[in-house]
Amino acid sequence: MEKFTVLDLLDLELKEHNTLNLKCIGGRAGLVRVIQEPDLNRPGLTLSGFYEEFAFQRIQVFGRGEWAFLKKLYSENRTDTLVEFFSHEIPCCIFTHNLQPVPSFSDMAEKGGCPVLQTDLPSSEFSRRIIRALSSVFAEKKTIHGTLVEVFGIGVLILGDSGVGKSETALELIERGHRLIADDSVELRCVNGNLLMGSGTNMVAGHHMEIRGLGIININHLFGVGAIRDQKQVQLIVELEDWNSTKIYDRVGSGEQTLEFLGVKIPSVQIPVKPGRNIPIIIETAAMNERLKKMGYYSAKEFNRNVLSWLESESARTVYFNKKDVF
Amino acid sequence: MVSKEITIRNRAGIHARPAALIVQKANEFDSQIYFEKDHNKINGKSIMGIITLGAGYNTTLTVTVEGADEEAALQAIVQLFENRFEEE
Repeated sequence: MEKFTVLDLLDLELKEHNTLNLKCIGGRAGLVRVIQEPDLNRPGLTLSGFYEEFAFQRIQVFGRGEWAFLKKLYSENRTDTLVEFFSHEIPCCIFTHNLQPVPSFSDMAEKGGCPVLQTDLPSSEFSRRIIRALSSVFAEKKTIHGTLVEVFGIGVLILGDSGVGKSETALELIERGHRLIADDSVELRCVNGNLLMGSGTNMVAGHHMEIRGLGIININHLFGVGAIRDQKQVQLIVELEDWNSTKIYDRVGSGEQTLEFLGVKIPSVQIPVKPGRNIPIIIETAAMNERLKKMGYYSAKEFNRNVLSWLESESARTVYFNKKDVF
Repeated sequence: MVSKEITIRNRAGIHARPAALIVQKANEFDSQIYFEKDHNKINGKSIMGIITLGAGYNTTLTVTVEGADEEAALQAIVQLFENRFEEE
């Protein structure tokens, strides 16, 4: 993974309820320091002089309590613990509630090369947000060749060899009112160990598509902002492949196939491609079927259950009427 | 499987035109062709993938080719880069 510095943290593009509202108020030289752990530390114990097991490689968060303690330390001129504090390579100190550290603290940070950041959020809310943001940054990542679309609210990842018609299928789906997340290369991230999020690999080329014969087109401009989305959880994988007459495709649909990416198992379907087969409508149906399954209704299983109970009642009837029955 | 490191020598880097050339060349072969930059591995047969790599002047990429005609494919791709995509 590339190194994630404090400057990258300040530059993180987060929206609305995810924003961190961070600004740098001192120690700018230290903005190049690398954040190695997606974790926080409240340095209460450390400030009081207890340095055993000090998690200095974590981001240090100063809330109201720590801030008040700092003020007391400086007013009583007991700054020896702070000298030790800044002797460690701390990635950064963050003050919540828009608290302003005492000037001498800023000076010491400046000397120690430790950036000091400030946010207007309360400590608990800030911790939640930054943990969420960092776990997404530090999540395991993988770039794959495929197209990610949102169909009826289900994130569908279309895979297949180049030239099989992934982009064309996605285009038809967009035309039908569904959304494009990324075409051609999709970045997958494993969030919380059980969620697979997909997004485009590069913001510059976001929501562009290459269609053979047309070239590169901009989906955002052509179909409007309703046709695109930045990221989406991958909930279904559709593998497109050329029709292979020797291969046996699923005819009933009661078997559950999955594909694994970054340790997350995702339900998958294989769809053979042949001229005249309308792939977008099959994908739409697959997505709707997936929604039904999430609600606990399995079409294929339900159908089989009905068949079984019908057969049972038929045979019961035959026994009861001694095979002479003619209805 | 064969692989080689190549450096981009044309000033403009890989923009739309060079990317189209690479894809065109890559599609002449049956082998799987991949480009890798900073742990980002993309399919050499997809134009958007190559452009989104963001390979500027003097960037080093790793090309990996796997398949029946891998030697010839690698040769052809490397040739393209060495010719600076017929630019300059």
